[in-house]
Amino acid sequence: MTPGTLMLLVLLVPAATALLVPLFDGRPNVREATTLLGAVLLFAAVLGLLPTVLEGGTPSLPAWTVVPGLSIAFSLEPLGMLFATVASGLWIANSVYSIGYMRAEAAPRQTMFYVCFALAIAATMGIALAGNLFTLFLFYELLSFTTWPLVTHRATPEARAAGRLYLMMLFGASTVLFLPAIAWTGIAAGTLDFTPGGILGGTMGAAGLGILLALFVFGAAKAAVMPLHFWLPAAMVAPTPVSALLHAVAVVKAGVFTILKVVVYIFGLETLAATGAGDWLVVVAGITIVLASLIALRQDNLKRRLAYSTVSQLSYVVLGAALFTPLAVLGAALHIAAHAVSKITLFFAAGSVHVGAHVEDVSRMDGLGRKMPWTMGAFSIGALSMIGMPPTAGFLGKWFILVAAMQAGHWFAIGAIVLSTVLNAGYFLPILYRAYARQGEEGKIDRVRESPWPMVTALVATAALTVLLFAWPGVPFELAGMLAGGAALEAGGAGDLVFPAEPPQ
Amino acid sequence: MTEHLPALQVVLPLFGALLAALVRRPSAAWLVSLAASVAAFAVSAALLAHVLDGGVITYRLGGWDPALGIEYRVDILNAIVLVLVSGIAAVSLPYARLSVAAEIPGDRIAWFYAMYLLALAGLLGIAITNDAFNAFVFLEVSSLSSYALIAMGRARRALVASYQYLIMGTIGATFYVIGVGFLYMMTGTLNLTLIAERIAEVQSIRPILAGIAFILVGISLKLALFPLHAWLPNAYAFAPSVATVFLSATATKVAIYLFVRYVYSVFGASLVWVDLPLTPILLALSIAAIFGAGTVAVFQSNLKRMFAYSSVAQVGYITLGLSLVTVPGVTGGLVHLLNHALIKGAIFMGLGAIVFRTGRIAIDDIAGIGRVMPLTTAAIVLAGLSLVGLPGTAGFVSKWYLVVAALDLGWWWLALLIVLGSMITIAYVGRVVEAAYFRAPAEALAGVREAPLQMLVPTWLLAAATVWFGIDTRLTAGLAERAATMLVGGLR
Repeated sequence: MTPGTLMLLVLLVPAATALLVPLFDGRPNVREATTLLGAVLLFAAVLGLLPTVLEGGTPSLPAWTVVPGLSIAFSLEPLGMLFATVASGLWIANSVYSIGYMRAEAAPRQTMFYVCFALAIAATMGIALAGNLFTLFLFYELLSFTTWPLVTHRATPEARAAGRLYLMMLFGASTVLFLPAIAWTGIAAGTLDFTPGGILGGTMGAAGLGILLALFVFGAAKAAVMPLHFWLPAAMVAPTPVSALLHAVAVVKAGVFTILKVVVYIFGLETLAATGAGDWLVVVAGITIVLASLIALRQDNLKRRLAYSTVSQLSYVVLGAALFTPLAVLGAALHIAAHAVSKITLFFAAGSVHVGAHVEDVSRMDGLGRKMPWTMGAFSIGALSMIGMPPTAGFLGKWFILVAAMQAGHWFAIGAIVLSTVLNAGYFLPILYRAYARQGEEGKIDRVRESPWPMVTALVATAALTVLLFAWPGVPFELAGMLAGGAALEAGGAGDLVFPAEPPQ
Repeated sequence: MTEHLPALQVVLPLFGALLAALVRRPSAAWLVSLAASVAAFAVSAALLAHVLDGGVITYRLGGWDPALGIEYRVDILNAIVLVLVSGIAAVSLPYARLSVAAEIPGDRIAWFYAMYLLALAGLLGIAITNDAFNAFVFLEVSSLSSYALIAMGRARRALVASYQYLIMGTIGATFYVIGVGFLYMMTGTLNLTLIAERIAEVQSIRPILAGIAFILVGISLKLALFPLHAWLPNAYAFAPSVATVFLSATATKVAIYLFVRYVYSVFGASLVWVDLPLTPILLALSIAAIFGAGTVAVFQSNLKRMFAYSSVAQVGYITLGLSLVTVPGVTGGLVHLLNHALIKGAIFMGLGAIVFRTGRIAIDDIAGIGRVMPLTTAAIVLAGLSLVGLPGTAGFVSKWYLVVAALDLGWWWLALLIVLGSMITIAYVGRVVEAAYFRAPAEALAGVREAPLQMLVPTWLLAAATVWFGIDTRLTAGLAERAATMLVGGLR
């Protein structure tokens, strides 16, 4: 199949899945099989595109002009490839997990759940494949609206309130900040296309660039850069599979993906580095990293603790983007993949604890390690990855961002990373201590069982991925390197690149 | 035959109205209305096609010279409006049969259709005529028939709403005709083209300014420009469903057309935009409409009233674009005129279908409606998202033009206000979605079924159009841009 056909498939398969699922409303097994089949097909189509991109190609589809200056265009570059691979691959794991979780919970309206989920994945693929700012914005908004029903899925007053906050904050920021930023970019640069090296160089002064960058960064509120992070902990009211894939992978990654993409392909690293227009972003990202970790430390609800951990980890990516060096961009891109597999593992485990032990709070997790060995084992791997300890994927991105910060001599960034590593350990290790070293409550702990097998399978798989990605980071590393190298090449600094000779083994 | 198309445009619905009143049988009256509206739509489509290849069409009624007689004149601007009005009328009729049969007593159904066609004839007449006084006559034809349509609503409050509209509408029409009198006094003609030519030569400017003020205030009442909108919410809320669909999508739009015609083609740039600084006045009122009426909409529990207030707010977006006197701004205003008509048509059709099945319209009474009438609700939500301006929908195209127009002028504060307005829209559309999908079905909805196909198809046709015109904008933004170029470029 040609790359063009594959790209069409990537966009259409999840949408078609969403159309097919309601046809099997009364037959849950067929319905879930449809979702799984869609997920597998999507992943295959995404993988089919990988060789083309690795060879340096940027496959694209013909653009459609909506109004002059505004067109729907798809083109796939390394960062989009990385994001699409991660999101589509984890959709398979998440679908397996959902089957176990939703049935164990006897959740209502499961058909609507699977439909919205497939639509959200379709929107995510649109974001990954977007060839210009408008297309990205279109699917970004679609993602907000298709995940809104998932956040409110439990239909309690609390869920509805969380849904309102979610929608108002994501849609509000994107409309009030991101949309004017797009219009401003279009007027200044005359195009909205993602172009290696950026399109804004020489079009405006440092002050203008700084303001525009702020509009983009805070406009993409899905990245949960403080102070626009409140929606994420509130969204934890959703069923766990939603928190796992969407609020640890698709939605939040769409936010940081957007920021990284805008920095590399709209502003251009060189433009930002030369003008110093975006230096404030390091500070904002650093504060978010540390502050969110501090808040996570105080959360007893496991999912909320994970949510604040996500807020903190997302800003690693933003920090990587904000250093404006190729190496930092490489680290940021790697961290997108690494955090995805690790955090989905943690959420899977949290959901498994909820289903198997009916426990939501950290303070009630005593002794679970022995009763739920698979779940807590996977949780441990995810936790180590969050702290950034080898041999887990979390080490990779963090390492490159740290090295880049050191090269730049950016002490604030280094301080933020080191401090947050300590804090990460501070809020994850006590959980492991409780689960393994303490005895559970008599009588209650005996009734704890390991969760249904689909859930266990899924969380073991993602935990394994977390370790495997550390051992063989080949493809993500290469894609991230292409993104960073390509950006540097266009900026004219390719000769000075300082890459480690080999990815760490 | 083709040269008489402009006359047919008005005559067809006018005679249809007469015939509908004469046949008296509901089904026959409906059939007459359907035939007349579809024919009127065909005529307007043909006129648009002519205008697109051949420029301006002029038609002298009875062959009289324009200085004495009445002239019809079709250019790209009113050709679009004619297609919109007749198109909405035609799409609404298949929908109307069941809804009208359920809401109007049997012996008045034929009257309803007669009034419907009379309103259509009046609206098309306003749009097509090039004569200031003839426009007044058609304004009265459409207004009087609208009062009758609204008064046929089931609730007794429909009578009060209709009476309120009648008082306000009459004041508006009176203001308009006084203004026309001033213009006639100073220029000696009622033909708009001739007025435009002679107005520049008039020495004493004061009577002209008085005339302009009367005309603009009069039309502003009809187009429900904030704060002259008080008649609209009740009129839309208590009118029969079909009347609400038709009037909300067309009546204010035609009044806006007339406003545009006067301020851009007749009065001349220096008079309106310099001597009478219309831009700041209109801009301030538009912003007040967007935020004032929008906020009121959020707190409505009657859904028809909610979207009626929303109409006032959305008219604010249209007039905001028109007040900028730049091609992107006027394009934004005109394209939103079209988009908003389709959006509100779809939403009020959906609400009408809900009323048809449940007899209820309060938001709490129809909680959970998304699960019992999924297709109808989905159409409302789709159109609602377009109203919000989700990218990929028609509403976004409007918003984009307006934001770009504001930034083009360097008015970033205006761009900010435009996008902030969307936050209010999402607040009330979000309330509807939340009630429809995220709450358990209300008890009153037990046994309720999906709307009949006759109502669903037109509703979905309009809802799909609100998405289609967000992606393929050749017929909306493309034509609006041509009209805007003509209007702004033709300013003297």
